[in-house]
Amino acid sequence: MKIAVCVKQVPDTWAEKKLRDDDSTLDREAADGVMNELDEYAVEEALRLIEAHGGEVVVVTMGPERAAETVRKALSMGADAGVHLVDDAFQGSDALATSYALAEVLSGRGFDLILFGSESTDARMSVVPAMVAERLGLPQVTFAQKVNVDGASVSIERLTEYGFDTVEAAMPAVISVVEKINEPRYPSFKGIMAAKKKPVETLTVADAGLDAAQLGLAAAWSTVAQFAARPPKAAGTVVTDEGDGGSKIAQYLSEQKFV
Amino acid sequence: MAEILTVVESANGAVKKVSLELLALAGKLGEPAAVWLGPGYSDEAGAVLAEHGAAKIYVADNADLVDYVVAPKAEALAQIMQTANPGAVLIASSAEGKEIAARLAVKTGSGVITDAVDVAADLTATQSVFGGSTIVQSKVTTGTPIITVRVNSIAPEAAPAAGTRVDVAVDVSEAAKSAKVTDRTVAAKGGRPELAEAAIVVSGGRGVNGADGFGVIEALADSLGAAVGASRAATDAGWYPHQYQVGQTGKTVSPQLYIANGISGAIQHRAGMQTSKTVIVVNKDPEAPIFELADFGVVGDLFSVVPQLTDEINKRKG
Repeated sequence: MKIAVCVKQVPDTWAEKKLRDDDSTLDREAADGVMNELDEYAVEEALRLIEAHGGEVVVVTMGPERAAETVRKALSMGADAGVHLVDDAFQGSDALATSYALAEVLSGRGFDLILFGSESTDARMSVVPAMVAERLGLPQVTFAQKVNVDGASVSIERLTEYGFDTVEAAMPAVISVVEKINEPRYPSFKGIMAAKKKPVETLTVADAGLDAAQLGLAAAWSTVAQFAARPPKAAGTVVTDEGDGGSKIAQYLSEQKFV
Repeated sequence: MAEILTVVESANGAVKKVSLELLALAGKLGEPAAVWLGPGYSDEAGAVLAEHGAAKIYVADNADLVDYVVAPKAEALAQIMQTANPGAVLIASSAEGKEIAARLAVKTGSGVITDAVDVAADLTATQSVFGGSTIVQSKVTTGTPIITVRVNSIAPEAAPAAGTRVDVAVDVSEAAKSAKVTDRTVAAKGGRPELAEAAIVVSGGRGVNGADGFGVIEALADSLGAAVGASRAATDAGWYPHQYQVGQTGKTVSPQLYIANGISGAIQHRAGMQTSKTVIVVNKDPEAPIFELADFGVVGDLFSVVPQLTDEINKRKG
């Protein structure tokens, strides 16, 4: 089985994130880059699937030079090879452009499954897996809290607002995973050493045969007109409990007509 | 005036509140039309939609739309868009809503904006990003704007309209029927409102100190008719089920009232609740960053403050 895992380098989960003043895109320099947390779960799931069924895991990313760190992290967890789309022309690409580039690079490589984390911690749109499925005409089995592969078909438990749906599809298919699915492994020392020797294919827009006119900030189908920091919230009232803290909250809620 | 399509979400045949919110928003942008995707439409549901501004109600009564994941709904909408030629399409910012928007954007060559908290008459969307720390105004520049709107952002309004039913025979392709829903499992949730939609959310975090501690959180929630949420610390520790996690890796909520108990307020959590209208905080640690968001806060032990609050509320309810 051949599995692709699409990963994204994002600002550290715990860091304050901000937009750049010049072009209103994410300021990637302002914080350390880490692998998007939910993507670690996707890498882990891919590794578990090939441990059970055999095969290889290829990690795919689109991002600036330093996104190579994120590819390396996945390789040190156990992925076999990497593909890194890196080109200034990608800068500022929206979700539609990103899905275009990923779909083009993923197609024709014989993947049985294409895995994603269900959302990134920076943009939080949760749209790229569905867009890639749409572009490739593949079954979309997303928001998986459980994945089962059986022969040529895959079934998942798709997290819903009321519980979960069981969804079945024939492979190849596009999967996105939620945090509940597993517990990602830490790279071992051996894994980190081995990762240094694993192949990483670096592709520019031209190498990947992509149309530059469909990429980057200028090609985005939506634009940020302006942005501003949220005005700081007016300081509220904070009291220390002297045995009547609960009553004081009740009083406040009553004044605000909540009770 | 251009038609504004809004996609109806329903539960057991009843129109969800978010769909009425979308109609209220659509009323500011053009002529609101509702789109019912799947079986289960009734005159009662139609009356509710008409009452809240739907001039037209497109009904695509086709089981394929719910028996397969997302793709058929996007196809149906794309077909309806061809004839309706709408000024914009509004969809609830639920997990599925965003996926429908995603596929529809690719299909129709349109830009997509997710998690809008407001949309102006010129279709400029306001988004609250990075856990609510930044407010962004953005606009779709290509195709028909497809905008997903965060639940609880706009108040539903009574705006009686014709509610003319338009039946649509949608043609679902074989390709869209590739991910089949074979079973639906409804998790027990004890009669509380859905977390993402609830007007009031009562949450517990590390300070709750164990699964048993959530009893006081649930009791407070029930006194207010609220949903229960939990911080990642609490769900990771296994004290409360994962689907109730509020935060960057869990659900984003934007209720009228959010009561955070024993939650320190790391960015991971704030990202999921920062746009709540009123925030109440109970925490032992006066330095906890969550107090920065508090409209009213009590520094104290939640195990004495919360039960007292619950008693007071139950008393006031008489």
